[in-house]
Amino acid sequence: MTSSYEHHDYDVLIIGAGGAGLRAAIEAKQRGLKVGIITKSLLGKAHTVMAEGGMAAAMGNVSSEDNWKVHFRDTMRGGKFLNNNRMAELHAKESPDRVHELEQWGALFDRTKEGKILQRDFGGHRYARLAHVGDRTGLELIRTLQQKVVSMDTDVFMECKVLKLVHDGDGRIAGCVAYWRPTGEFVTFSAKAVILATGGAGKSWKFTSNSWEGTGDGHAMALWAGAQLIDMECIQFHPTGMVWPLSVRGLLVTEGVRGDGGVLRNSEGQRFMFNYVAPMFRDETAETEEEGDKWYDDHAAGRRPPELLPRDEVARAINAEVKAGRGSPHGGVYLDIASRRTPEFIRRRLPSMYHQFMELAGVDITSESMEIGPTCHYIMGGVKVDADTAATLVPGLFAAGEVAGGMHGANRLGGNSLSDLVVFGRRAGMGAADYIESGQAATSMDMSEVEAAIKDALAPFEKTEGENPYDIQRDLQEMMQLNVGIIRTASEIEDATNQLETFTQRVKNIAVKGGRAYNPGWNLATDLPSMISVCKTVARGASLRKESRGGHTREDFPKADPEFAKFNFAHTTDGGNWDSGIVTTESPLLPMPEELQALLEETK
Amino acid sequence: MADVTMRIWRGDANGGDFENYTVDQNEGEVVLDVIHRIQATEAPDLACRWNCKAGKCGSCSAEINGKPRLMCMTRMDQLPEGPVTVTPMKTFPIIRDLVTDVSFNFEQAKKVPALMPPPMPEGGYIMFQEDVERGQEFRKCIECFMCQDVCHVIRDHEANKLHYSGPRFFIRYAELEMHPLDMNDRRDLVREEMGLGYCNITKCCTEVCPEHIKITDNAIIPLKERVVDAHYDPVAWLGRKIRRKTKTSAQDAAVQPAP
Repeated sequence: MTSSYEHHDYDVLIIGAGGAGLRAAIEAKQRGLKVGIITKSLLGKAHTVMAEGGMAAAMGNVSSEDNWKVHFRDTMRGGKFLNNNRMAELHAKESPDRVHELEQWGALFDRTKEGKILQRDFGGHRYARLAHVGDRTGLELIRTLQQKVVSMDTDVFMECKVLKLVHDGDGRIAGCVAYWRPTGEFVTFSAKAVILATGGAGKSWKFTSNSWEGTGDGHAMALWAGAQLIDMECIQFHPTGMVWPLSVRGLLVTEGVRGDGGVLRNSEGQRFMFNYVAPMFRDETAETEEEGDKWYDDHAAGRRPPELLPRDEVARAINAEVKAGRGSPHGGVYLDIASRRTPEFIRRRLPSMYHQFMELAGVDITSESMEIGPTCHYIMGGVKVDADTAATLVPGLFAAGEVAGGMHGANRLGGNSLSDLVVFGRRAGMGAADYIESGQAATSMDMSEVEAAIKDALAPFEKTEGENPYDIQRDLQEMMQLNVGIIRTASEIEDATNQLETFTQRVKNIAVKGGRAYNPGWNLATDLPSMISVCKTVARGASLRKESRGGHTREDFPKADPEFAKFNFAHTTDGGNWDSGIVTTESPLLPMPEELQALLEETK
Repeated sequence: MADVTMRIWRGDANGGDFENYTVDQNEGEVVLDVIHRIQATEAPDLACRWNCKAGKCGSCSAEINGKPRLMCMTRMDQLPEGPVTVTPMKTFPIIRDLVTDVSFNFEQAKKVPALMPPPMPEGGYIMFQEDVERGQEFRKCIECFMCQDVCHVIRDHEANKLHYSGPRFFIRYAELEMHPLDMNDRRDLVREEMGLGYCNITKCCTEVCPEHIKITDNAIIPLKERVVDAHYDPVAWLGRKIRRKTKTSAQDAAVQPAP
């Protein structure tokens, strides 16, 4: 029976073809290894293309005062000190090299007058730090990496959905089992090392900037395979998603709009952000509109405007304004750049935003305000990894990019994601190569795990009567939005926890119509177990973290509690399956070396 | 709002037919919203490829009322009254329903000789905005492959796919040719193996480009001019023969170390 599946064998197998996966592949290829990449979509379509504003790297091309130490400090402050400090350090130190390397591979960033890479201001970054290409930086990053990977003759398995990781007999990762979406045929992959680069999990919320792919497959597969998930309660609701028309609700509006001068106003025309500056940020935030406006032209002439606070701060403020009855007609607030910059400037700096609003909402952003509101955008939580090697706690399994946890702590700064992808994608490739060279890698797959995963995947075809997977997905999204959304409280989280058990039973009762070839209903049925597992860990973390910090806000515990800054909540399962129980422990934060501690203190 | 009838082609490589679905529509919806509603209710197995639903990834290309469009960027209220016909892209083999096999494009991508820059100086390359802008226009491409779909050379003549890379890759070659750092030369390759000469400048590709890239004027015509210069100018031809900088395949260029 086992020989009946198509089979491939690699040294390094990478699941996910966004920025992290592609960068990992390049590194592993350069080490002379046989590398395969698996992606649920076509090559070049991953969610990385949606990144708009830029890629944070302390190159100092625009603000010569900038350096890795300030970037490290900004990242830790933005993350409310829940970050893995070693990751934040490596990220701050290495991202400039990663930007330059992209240029060697063909990327064309916008330039300064002197011909260097131009950098723009963004929320939470003290200096202009984001290398960018207009407002389509993610596309530039993925296309550059894609073209590099293709030129290196790397095998890419497109529209191939991985169901589960497979161990050898000794608990090491030995490969995975997947199916081809076009045919529905199963395929197995054996590998000495597997790198997860599957991105995020935002598709479990109703209003999200994530595509259909963001179902948390990598988070879930790592959990089932025995790895730990940390900080899962920390979800970033990006402050500016479109709110109208409903068809595009949640679609991202880049932070670059604010970086380039856009401001937030309520229905009374007030720049309300001045009323929401937390004590931690008061020293470096403008107190008046005049002061903030001066800053745009000359950073020495004033402090930065409060519209450029970290995303968690801005999202909560918007939420509060809407709740207080000062929202826009469709339940958002206004983002206004029309009254502040010339139409030519707006079209040149923000071309995709201009087209997005013109074509989808019929709004001309050079003459009208945009209606915006928070949208589920990014999960800070993820697989616990070693900073230097991206190794998880399971031998042979590595993780990089959004699926990995720790780098961003409780809240990610804009622009730190694209740099995260390439810094830790590269390190995952190195880590996997070192692991293989150590001679400890698995040599055989436990085929009983393969058979079990395939049996589960085919179960929805065996029923003639049962639930429509689309109904379950819609209900799950509404439930999570309502109960574990931007503002949380004990009773709602408890409700979510109970409902997730019901959802587990509903998923077991799915009946799928049609055949296996390119059947989106069945594809969704195979994504739902990941979504349920991820949601359970989010709800568990949200319930246990009885404080507010970054991307986790509790109405019943509105303040940050220093006791909760000492550890991450780490989740495993008690059975290794998607319907197994979740076991949660407190995992102490990595101790911070004195020299890094000093960086936080000297600039406080 | 009034209900709308969607005529959607359903089938696979063995054949198929149109099926009609009558669905409600809401303010501001795009074609992809309506397709999703049909999937969620009547036809969960209706195959359609999509990702970002924001016009940025280029996955959901199809032919709407006979014209290549991104389903996520085509508003229902801007289509003429009456049934809306949705069919898969014609130029590529069908997989199922609205999903086609676009691997032709990924095969073409493998043939492109990579960028060959000089070693990076300390502190990074110096390039000026006006020098990178020409390439940036082409790098806006989201690889929706609608320019390939609409190009007569391969839309109407399947056999041409063997020796024609199509507008998407002509802009890629143009981008590399105009790249301030590139030291590679792909002009013979583009002329001899990528079929640039087959393009007779009907501009159909430019018209369907959702990123409004001026494919014909800014990429194909300048590329044709450069190729002509290289091939028919005897001094340039002799110079290149002597210096031997010409690369003829992706492999040649990929293995060549940067000088």
